[in-house]
Amino acid sequence: MSAGRLQKAADGLVPWLLPLGLLFVWELASQTGLISGRVLPAPSAVVVAGWRLAATGELWVNMGVSGLRALVGLAIGGTFGFVLGLTNGLSKKFERATDTLLQMVRNIPHLALIPLVILWFGIEEAAKIFLVVLGVFFPIYINTLHGIRTVDPQLIEMGRTYGMTKFELFWRVILPGALPSIFVGLRYALGFMWLTLIVAETIAASSGIGYMAMQAREFLLVDVVVLSILIYALLGKLADSTARFLERLCLSWHPAFQSK
Amino acid sequence: MTAGALSVARSAPEYWSEAHEATPPVARGLSLTVRNLTKSFGDNPVLKGLDLFIPAGQFVSIVGKSGCGKSTLLRLLVGLDQPTSGEFWYGAADEKHDKSAVRVMFQEPRLLPWARVLSNVEVGLGRARKEAGARERALETLKGVGLGDRRDEWPSVLSGGQRQRVALARALVSHPQVLAFDEPLGALDALTRISMQNLLEQVWREQGFTALMVTHDVAEAVMLADRVLLIEEGKITLDLRVDIPRPRRRGSAEVAALEGRILDALFKDARVGEDA
Repeated sequence: MSAGRLQKAADGLVPWLLPLGLLFVWELASQTGLISGRVLPAPSAVVVAGWRLAATGELWVNMGVSGLRALVGLAIGGTFGFVLGLTNGLSKKFERATDTLLQMVRNIPHLALIPLVILWFGIEEAAKIFLVVLGVFFPIYINTLHGIRTVDPQLIEMGRTYGMTKFELFWRVILPGALPSIFVGLRYALGFMWLTLIVAETIAASSGIGYMAMQAREFLLVDVVVLSILIYALLGKLADSTARFLERLCLSWHPAFQSK
Repeated sequence: MTAGALSVARSAPEYWSEAHEATPPVARGLSLTVRNLTKSFGDNPVLKGLDLFIPAGQFVSIVGKSGCGKSTLLRLLVGLDQPTSGEFWYGAADEKHDKSAVRVMFQEPRLLPWARVLSNVEVGLGRARKEAGARERALETLKGVGLGDRRDEWPSVLSGGQRQRVALARALVSHPQVLAFDEPLGALDALTRISMQNLLEQVWREQGFTALMVTHDVAEAVMLADRVLLIEEGKITLDLRVDIPRPRRRGSAEVAALEGRILDALFKDARVGEDA
C-alpha cells in the first residue's frame, strides 16, 4: 500500500528530473566560475532577484498585467475563432463567402503588423490585446472548422434516423465529435498567446513581464532578465497544464484519456 | 476479442433456451407494400421497378451479390434515400405512422462514443426521451439484450458484439413495428454472430415486428427468415419461403438444402474460376 504510494510519488517526479538536474548543473557552473555572472547569473541569484522584486510588489503587478492581457486576448480571439469555426463548419455558403479573406489574412505573420499596430494604438493596452487576439484566433478557428468537418458522417446519419432535431444533432453529435480537435486548437493558441505577448511587451509596453525584462536590460540587471524568461516558461506551462486538465475532464470518453 | 468470446460462451445457452420456449410472434408489425420502385444514381439504374408485398410480422432476408441493390432497397425503405420513381407504404395505403415505427440497425454499431451505454439506448426513444419513465424503459431494453450491468460504461470499453447489442437495444427501445437490418452481424466473429442471431430471433418472436434483413450470409438468411428474397441486378429473381419449423438447427439437412438452392440460383451462370 505505502510502497504503491511511494511508487506513484516517484512517477510524478519523473517529468521534473530533467529541469531540476539542469538547474543543478547551471548553479554548479556559476559557483565554480565556469559561467560568468555577467553572461548568465546563477539560479540562486535569479531567486534572490525574484525575492527582491516580489517584496517591492513590482513582480506581482507586472505578472498580473501580463496575465490579464493574455486572458483578455485569448477570450476575445478564442471566441471569434470558435464562433467563426462553427458557422463555417456548419454552413458551406458562409465558408465560401469568408474563406478567401481568412486565408489571405492567415498568411500574414501577425507579428509583422506590430509597426502598424503601434501607429494605430500607440503602446496602450489595446495594442497588445489586439496582437494576442490575432495570434490565438487562427489556431482555434482552423481546428474548430476541421473538427466539425471530420465528425463521423455515419453518426450524423444515425442521429437523423432517430429523429434528432438540428439543435440536438449539433449538441449531442457534432459538437462532442469536434471537441478533441478544438482542444488541439486551444493548446496551439496558448503557445501563440505567450509568444505574441512576449514580443509585444518587449517592443511596445510600459508594464508587464516583457517590459520588466527590457528595463532590466537597460540597467544591465541580467538576473532580472533571466527571471522574466523563467516566469514566461512557468506561465506557459501553467496554461498548458490547465488546458490538459480541461481536456481530460471533457474527453473522458476518449480511449486516449482513459486510465487503466 | 477475448471479452467478446467469453460473453458468448456465457450467454449463448440462455438465449437458446429462451428462443426455444418463445410463443409464436405477436402480430404487432406492419405490412409493407412496394410498387414499381426504381432508384437510379445518375444514369446508373440500381433498382429496376421492384414489386413486393410483405405481410405484418414476417421475417424477410434479402440476399444478393455486392452491388445488386439490396442495401439501396433497404435505405429507401427506412427513408435514408428517396426513390427515383415508384412508391411504398407500411400498413394500409393511407395510414400515417410515426417515424419511430420504422427503425434501422447498421453494420457498424454507430454508438455515440461520448455517451454512456444507457444514454446511447435513450437516443432510440427519439422525442419520447424527455418523457417520464424514459430512463427505465431504456434500462429495461438494455437488460433485455443482457447488458444491464454495463449501463454506465463508455462504448469504447465494450467488445464488438456488446456494442452491436447496445445498438440493437437502441433500435428496440421505441418498440418499432418494422426493424430493418443492414448486414447487422457482418463485422462480428463467428461465435459472436451465432449468439447475436439467436438474440435477434428471440426479440423478433417476443415483439412481433416485421423484420427486413440484408445479409450476404445465405446460411444466416435461411436460419432466421420466413422468406428469402434474392436480388440480382436490381430485380427480385427468387422469392423463397422457408418453412422449416423453429427452432431451427444450424447445419441441419433442411437448412443446408435450402441454402444450396439459393447458392445455386446465385451462381447459376458462374463458371469455374470466375470471381463472385
